Amino acid sequence: MSLSEPRPGTATRETLPNPSIDFWKHRHVLDLDDFSREETDLVFEIAEGMVEILDRDVKKVPTLRGKTIATMFFEPSTRTRASFELAAKYLGADTINLEAARSSVAKGESLIDSLRTLQALEVNAIIMRHPCSGAPYIAARNLDTSIINAGDGCHAHPSQGLLDIFTMRQQLGNLKGRKAVIVGDILHSRVARSNIWGTRHYGMKLVLCAPPTLMPHGLPDMLEKYSLNHVTLEHDLNTAIKNADIVMPLRLQKERQQSGLISSLREYTQGYQVNAARLAGAKPDVLVMHPGPMNEGAEISPEVAYGTRSLIEQQVTNGLAVRMALLYLIAGGKSR
Amino acid sequence: MKNDSLLIKNARIIGPAAGIEETCDILITGGKISKTGKNISAAGVTVINASGLIASPGFIDLHCHLRQPGYENKETIATGARAAACGGYTTICCMPNTNPPLDSAAVVSHVRDIAAREASFITILPVGCITEGRAGKELTNMAELAATGCIGFSDDGSTVSNNRIMSLAMDNAAVLDLPIIDHCEDVDLSQGGHMNEGWVAVRLGLKGIPAAAEDTIVARDIALCERTGAKLHLTHISTAGSVQLVRDAKCRGLKVTCDVTPHHLTLTHERVMNSQDDPRSSLAYDTNARVNPPLRSPADVEALIRGITDGTIDVIATDHAPHTIEEKLCEFENAVSGIIGFETAFGVLMSLVHTGKISLNALLTCLTTGPASILKNGAGTLNPGARADLTLLDTGYEWTVDAKEFFSKGRNTPFDGCKLKGMVVATISGGFLAFRHNSLRID
Repeated sequence: MSLSEPRPGTATRETLPNPSIDFWKHRHVLDLDDFSREETDLVFEIAEGMVEILDRDVKKVPTLRGKTIATMFFEPSTRTRASFELAAKYLGADTINLEAARSSVAKGESLIDSLRTLQALEVNAIIMRHPCSGAPYIAARNLDTSIINAGDGCHAHPSQGLLDIFTMRQQLGNLKGRKAVIVGDILHSRVARSNIWGTRHYGMKLVLCAPPTLMPHGLPDMLEKYSLNHVTLEHDLNTAIKNADIVMPLRLQKERQQSGLISSLREYTQGYQVNAARLAGAKPDVLVMHPGPMNEGAEISPEVAYGTRSLIEQQVTNGLAVRMALLYLIAGGKSR
Repeated sequence: MKNDSLLIKNARIIGPAAGIEETCDILITGGKISKTGKNISAAGVTVINASGLIASPGFIDLHCHLRQPGYENKETIATGARAAACGGYTTICCMPNTNPPLDSAAVVSHVRDIAAREASFITILPVGCITEGRAGKELTNMAELAATGCIGFSDDGSTVSNNRIMSLAMDNAAVLDLPIIDHCEDVDLSQGGHMNEGWVAVRLGLKGIPAAAEDTIVARDIALCERTGAKLHLTHISTAGSVQLVRDAKCRGLKVTCDVTPHHLTLTHERVMNSQDDPRSSLAYDTNARVNPPLRSPADVEALIRGITDGTIDVIATDHAPHTIEEKLCEFENAVSGIIGFETAFGVLMSLVHTGKISLNALLTCLTTGPASILKNGAGTLNPGARADLTLLDTGYEWTVDAKEFFSKGRNTPFDGCKLKGMVVATISGGFLAFRHNSLRID
């Protein structure tokens, strides 16, 4: 399927999708571990309608008019925040952005205090990114406002997981029997963790590939504990990539070399860079995804990143649609 | 409260030292056990009706944090001692990671002065630092610390990483005949870790602390113990590997002892993920379950319990580690490590007795004669002539933990809200009631 072909979508240009959302029970979006197949499908169904809206000249709809969405980012991010902010704006919501590093957090205000202040300002949902795993859970436990996790430490990045699977489905249709490979720093990757949960409903195989030093001890036990049988672990990328439909390299952070987890960038690229030569081992129509931001020349070669098999820009557009769907379900669907 | 004489009627005596177990009376005069036996009567004494209660030697805690000087917002010697008395403890050993640390005779004397002035209702024994400032570089004046009353040496909270410095410390400790009490943690392996390495850490996206970070230092310490002949006490061991290493060392006749905490005996790393009652969030990230060493796997917990039953583990110590609310009401990764233990220890440990995992006798041994034989101070017995340190226990008393009610300033317990069966009803220290529960019957 080429990228220019029309995407499957159900909504008309005039109306927002109106599927039954009665079984939607989430007050917060913290991770995909508690998302059922039906709920994930619902997000995708609504997101397909949002894709339609994004194709319009005038993209703004009044669904969340009068609602206020706050983004609170405790670590730097351009893409995810812009994506959420734009998603809220296209749905007609007012947005307020707090960059925690420059706000009162820098003055020693605690996480809970910062968030309580936002709650007192009567925002309808808080989109939160935090360098500490579990921070959104603490927020959800201590506040009445809905929390959407936009990435917490090494733990979860649910909207990324959803947009990844949405993109795969958009390109491949039914994912049953398909094989996706996530390669790179699995140890520190919240994207990989959310994809483990998100992909479990779709009958596909997920291979996590990393050098032994970047694969978490305890991951095989966790997969067994939750019967996540669709996931396998592999240290050799050439083996992992065989017959793959999707390959998704993860960003390699430079600090990993300083802390001794890899010996050199050269060693890493030799073993784990996704480039044209490596992709030759995958299916001929293999697709390449990347959660961004990329380190071109490290985990991915530029010719692959910008080549015909790349879905990376598509992911960005889909991210917007998926985040609009999440905001619609959390802040707009019905009054809570 | 101040009575010269006290008569305890009809208590079930369990004295692990004496190996007796019978119902009888205990007469206390002049701060000492005067006699034990059937149908003792005495005029003009306060009589405690201990029918249905167990009389045990007073509990001894080899490892706690009283936070004074320096961290009085977390705990003071007085509040910590009150909490200890409430938990049945008549002797507690406080760790030296205060500010300033207990690395000089002056600071140790200061702590002892405060204890004598504000907390004389139980016995408080200081542990001195192994190295200056607990920095692991230069040894303290260990002889002077011993002369000032330190009962052992520890840089608790840190391991002395340098093998040579540790070996030199053991040389000194051997001559002083005092134990080196080591917190076993290879910081290169544990660095940046927040909880036990394993599937729960992966699930939560938290960095793991491998069991090997403890096992490697336990093995090193045992090798140095063999070299120096010092008495080595490994504190709050938490792994199956440690238990096995200690078991082997004891078989070889080395002077190695160890303790384990109530929380490591009863909780696993899953407690970080699942809190008692938290319907609003699927993953708890419960900072009250953050502790160092971390709560380990079920296999480790089983090994620790086996260590108690086969005598490999000599002592149960609380590692009572109070912190402020703010230090725990935050991100898991930013929370400080530590669990308070005095006021829940007995109830929590009784769950192991009620479920048949350990015997009451083994439990009381680990709380009394076990630590007493390391302190060698004559405590841990109800024999006539001994100092009257004893604890009255109701093993069937059911209660619910409410951290707000604690004598300790700390509220940081993973047992808050737990239903426990087993209560300290009275704590008698030197013949005086240091604590009485409202169910105690005094005639």
